[in-house]
Amino acid sequence: MIRVQAEDFDPGAELAAFSAGNGKVGGICMFLGLVRDYLGDHPGQGAGVSAMTLEHYPGMTERQLAAIEAEARDRWPLHEVLIIHRHGRLEPGERIVLVATASSHREAAFQSCHFLMDWLKTKAPFWKIEHTDQGDQWVAAKDEDDDAARRWTR
Amino acid sequence: MNVLYFAWLRAKVGVGEEIVVAPEAVTTTGALVEWLKTRSDGHAQAFADLKLVRVAVNQDYVGWDHPIKPADEVAFFPPVTGG
Repeated sequence: MIRVQAEDFDPGAELAAFSAGNGKVGGICMFLGLVRDYLGDHPGQGAGVSAMTLEHYPGMTERQLAAIEAEARDRWPLHEVLIIHRHGRLEPGERIVLVATASSHREAAFQSCHFLMDWLKTKAPFWKIEHTDQGDQWVAAKDEDDDAARRWTR
Repeated sequence: MNVLYFAWLRAKVGVGEEIVVAPEAVTTTGALVEWLKTRSDGHAQAFADLKLVRVAVNQDYVGWDHPIKPADEVAFFPPVTGG
């Protein structure tokens, strides 16, 4: 299931509902992404992030996330997949993204969750602009995210 | 043809969406970019370095030699930074 929304979500409630009633599920893996204050990465230099805004491409976002989910289901025996991605203005500490996978065994759940996050980072059309005490700045894509996605190429 | 711009490309072009009628000779995404660059300084700045630009036709990623038709939705944006 794919959800793209401005509202926050409750990870505990999502997790509890995720595979309820599916007796075949033996393991769930969940990744929760939060807004980080980049000042903590480079103490003493650069600007502190007071907030960020996530822009996306409505329509293509859902289409690409559905394609990524389909790819994961093709590669691993998954009973359930949940991807929630927020857009709009977010403060440090807020939840941005949740990816959860449910399988009969842990290895498929772990691997597919990792895969979904790596592919989502490089394929889902979201863009972050950081609001800092030195002005607004679009976040640049990272080479390491491309490298992380590439390890799943087959 | 409906052309969309996102993130800093939208800021440079000045609009998020525009409907354009390209010359008949413009048949690929790459040719469309070259033609769009002639429309304004903002367009030229947005497309100054195509290594920083991704393109989608009808919401699927494509390359710069991908064919385009008048009814297509063509979107330009920087490499994505979600998650």
